[in-house]
Amino acid sequence: MPDTLTNAALFVAALPYSQALGMALETVAEGFAVLTMPYDTRLIGDRETGVIHGGAVSALMDTAASVAVLSHPAAGGATATLNLRIDYMRPATPGQSLRARAECHHVTRSVAFIRAVATDDDESRPVAMATGAFTVGAA
Amino acid sequence: MKRPEPVHVVKQRREALLRGLVDRVPYIGFLGIQFDRHGDELTAILPYHDSLIGNPILPALHGGATAAFLEVTALIELAWTTLWEGVEAEGTVPDGPFRLPKTIDFTVDYLRAGLPRDAYARARVNRSGRRYASVHVEAWQDNRARLFAQATGHFLMPIN
Repeated sequence: MPDTLTNAALFVAALPYSQALGMALETVAEGFAVLTMPYDTRLIGDRETGVIHGGAVSALMDTAASVAVLSHPAAGGATATLNLRIDYMRPATPGQSLRARAECHHVTRSVAFIRAVATDDDESRPVAMATGAFTVGAA
Repeated sequence: MKRPEPVHVVKQRREALLRGLVDRVPYIGFLGIQFDRHGDELTAILPYHDSLIGNPILPALHGGATAAFLEVTALIELAWTTLWEGVEAEGTVPDGPFRLPKTIDFTVDYLRAGLPRDAYARARVNRSGRRYASVHVEAWQDNRARLFAQATGHFLMPIN
C-alpha cells in the first residue's frame, strides 16, 4: 500500500477529537480499518450503569469508516461523512475497550459506502453496527 | 382558583429536573454541552473547543462530535418531555435517579461542515409510546435556517 494512504489513515486516527477519546489505529488495509478506544469514565452515558455513551461509540465507528475510505485506492486522500446510521445492539460492557472494524463495501467516483461493527471483549456479540455514505475526493 | 406559584419556585423545580437528567450523563460534561431552557423548550449548546476538531485543514468539527451532540440533545429532550407533565402536575421533582431511555438506532445526516464555533440543537419528539419513541433533532451554528446536521433516532423507553 502506498505510503501516502498509510499517512492519511494515521492522520485521521490522530485527529484532535479522536485523540480526546483515546482512539488508536490497530490495522489498516485497502478499504479496511480497525480502531480501538479504551474504556474511560468521562465517556459514560449513564452514571447508574457505567456504560459508554452511544455518541462515543458512534465517533469511533465514524473515524474507523473514514480511515477505511481514505485507505481505499480510489479515495483520493480526502473524505467527509454524508450519512451514518448506527444500530445499538447491546450496552458495551463497562471496563472493556471497544474495537471498531470498518470496510468499504462499494466505492464509486463520488461516494464510498461503508459498513462497520463495534465489539468489546466478547467479539461474537456486536455492541453496535453502522452503515454510511462518505464523500470521495473533494467534498 | 388556585393561586399561581411564585416564579422562583417554578424555575427552581424545572432547573432541578433538567439538572437531574443532565447529571446522569458524564459524557455531556466531557463534551461541555449546556442546555438553555425557556419554559419547556430546550436548546442544547456545544461550545467550541479545539478538541472537537475532526478536519484540521478546513477546519471542521469531527462527525463523531456532531453525532454525539445530536444524540445527547435527542435523549435529554425525550426524557425531559416524558417527565415534564408529571413534575408540573405534582409540583415536585421525584427523587432520582431518573431512568433514561436507551438509543436503539440513530441516523445522522451531515449537511455541511461544522465550523469551528459554537453549535446549537433542538429536538422534537415525533412519537412517544409506552415502549418506543422516535425523535428528530436539528443542529445549526450561525443561522437557524441553515442546518449543518440533522438526525432521527429511535429509543427504548425505561420501564417504570
